[in-house]
Amino acid sequence: MSAAIDVEGLTVRYGEVPALEGVTARVERGRVCGLIGMNGSGKSTLFKAITGMVRPDRGTVLVDGVAPAVARKRGLIGYVPQSEDVDWAFPVSVRDVVMMGRYGHQGLTRRTRPADRAAVAEAMERVELDGLADRQIGRLSGGQRKRAFVARGIAQGAEILLLDEPFAGVDKRSEATIARLLRELAAAGRTVLVSTHDLHALPDLADEAILLMRRVLLHAGVEEVLEPEHLAMAFGLDVLDRPGAGGAS
Amino acid sequence: MNPIDWLLEPLAYDFMVRALLTTAIAAVVCAVLSCWLVLIGWSLMGDAVSHAVLPGVVIAYVLGVPFALGALVFGLLAVALIGAIRGTSRVKEDAAIGIVFTTLFALGLVLISVTPSQTDLNHIVFGNILGVSTADLVQVGALGAIAFVVLILKRRDLTLYAFDPTHAHAIGLSPRRLGALLLGLLAMTAVVALQVVGVILVVAMLVIPGATAYLLTDRFGRMLLIAPAVSVGCSVVGIYLSYWLDTASGGMVVLVQGAVFALVYLLSPRHGLLRRQLARARHRGGAPVAAGKQSALDAVE
Repeated sequence: MSAAIDVEGLTVRYGEVPALEGVTARVERGRVCGLIGMNGSGKSTLFKAITGMVRPDRGTVLVDGVAPAVARKRGLIGYVPQSEDVDWAFPVSVRDVVMMGRYGHQGLTRRTRPADRAAVAEAMERVELDGLADRQIGRLSGGQRKRAFVARGIAQGAEILLLDEPFAGVDKRSEATIARLLRELAAAGRTVLVSTHDLHALPDLADEAILLMRRVLLHAGVEEVLEPEHLAMAFGLDVLDRPGAGGAS
Repeated sequence: MNPIDWLLEPLAYDFMVRALLTTAIAAVVCAVLSCWLVLIGWSLMGDAVSHAVLPGVVIAYVLGVPFALGALVFGLLAVALIGAIRGTSRVKEDAAIGIVFTTLFALGLVLISVTPSQTDLNHIVFGNILGVSTADLVQVGALGAIAFVVLILKRRDLTLYAFDPTHAHAIGLSPRRLGALLLGLLAMTAVVALQVVGVILVVAMLVIPGATAYLLTDRFGRMLLIAPAVSVGCSVVGIYLSYWLDTASGGMVVLVQGAVFALVYLLSPRHGLLRRQLARARHRGGAPVAAGKQSALDAVE
């Protein structure tokens, strides 16, 4: 059976600047995988390569065994954006946002059908936002906002969820709620790739992690990745002074 | 004078009836489009495209083809040029927009100066709503109807594009194509509106109604109703005022829209300045209330 995410010899350059060089990684289905690295280490570029937003200069990306373009058409890829990339004053409700996950299943004018309504209601219940469906998206707390976007991926029926820095601006308790939710989704067979600075959250969240620094420094179980000498490779020496600290940002 | 006469007297003139119809059509289409423009942050793009259509309209006039065709060609040319300058030099987007639209607008002015029937073409710059012919009205109606129908049919995709283009891409839609569609509709709508207020003031019709509606609601669907309603109301009032006060009609239409925006900006129950100031005063006076609200949010977690 094909892996959920299968990246082989991936090189991406922006002009002359290399963002990723010869990245090879395989994430199996039903796993939660952390993606760890400094700013500029290529985390966002790897996400973009998986969704097909950037074209590889070399190498291949397969999502659920198919090319990103096919995976997109099939609605396999769910994306939870970074907070700073979202206009939180946009006049949409939580339900509107989750409904956007259904567009791939709908006709050309995206008319809402009963099946869509049911899928959206179920997804909101799944992330425990069912009481807040009519709230404007910016009137949610940091953690609720993230869950709304996860619900969009669920309503979409995405097999692979990509989360870009989901814990930025989220308090500890919400962080735990989100981590639990992602673990449940993985247990149900979905695959989750989470980029994060927050090393504290990792043991409760992920099965495995990738240390990225334009290339894959290490791809292993979380405990091994979190060993100080391994983190030092990705973040520099200061992490050694406070092992496991979340201050790597 | 009694108010009924105030309303009915202008309608005795055919040119006033055509003016009001044309204005209403343009107001609706522009207002609907403006909802997306203000949310994406494309107001400047609206300004650029609406000015850049001028040479296209003049050339279309000379060649005897529909204005819309020339406008569409030059509107899209402007967008392409802006994209090219931004993408292939170190010049930033706002500067690229400023360079392209003023140059094309200047080309239009030069073309007008060398084209015989000058008076007619100057109306394109300043608008000539009272001189709209039946043929003009038909053209505005047809273009307006096409733009309106496409906008309404594609509204969900356009809103997704405005809100989260990355997700649009991730589910197999093409953000690029949606952006191009919106720009094409923008060029078409500019032609509709320039009949009413002229090239220079078109951007007002393309920005103010959406911005006004945005201050009044948190629902995009409601914005799509409020913006055209406000826009049609303001435009019709503007035309009446210009009739009775004997002032420039295009200018009057925009002036009324601006005045209504100012009122909403101050008094909007949800997002108005007054409400915000009151909320801040309350916040300062009774911090625990605000803090309680915050923790209430967290408690739902």
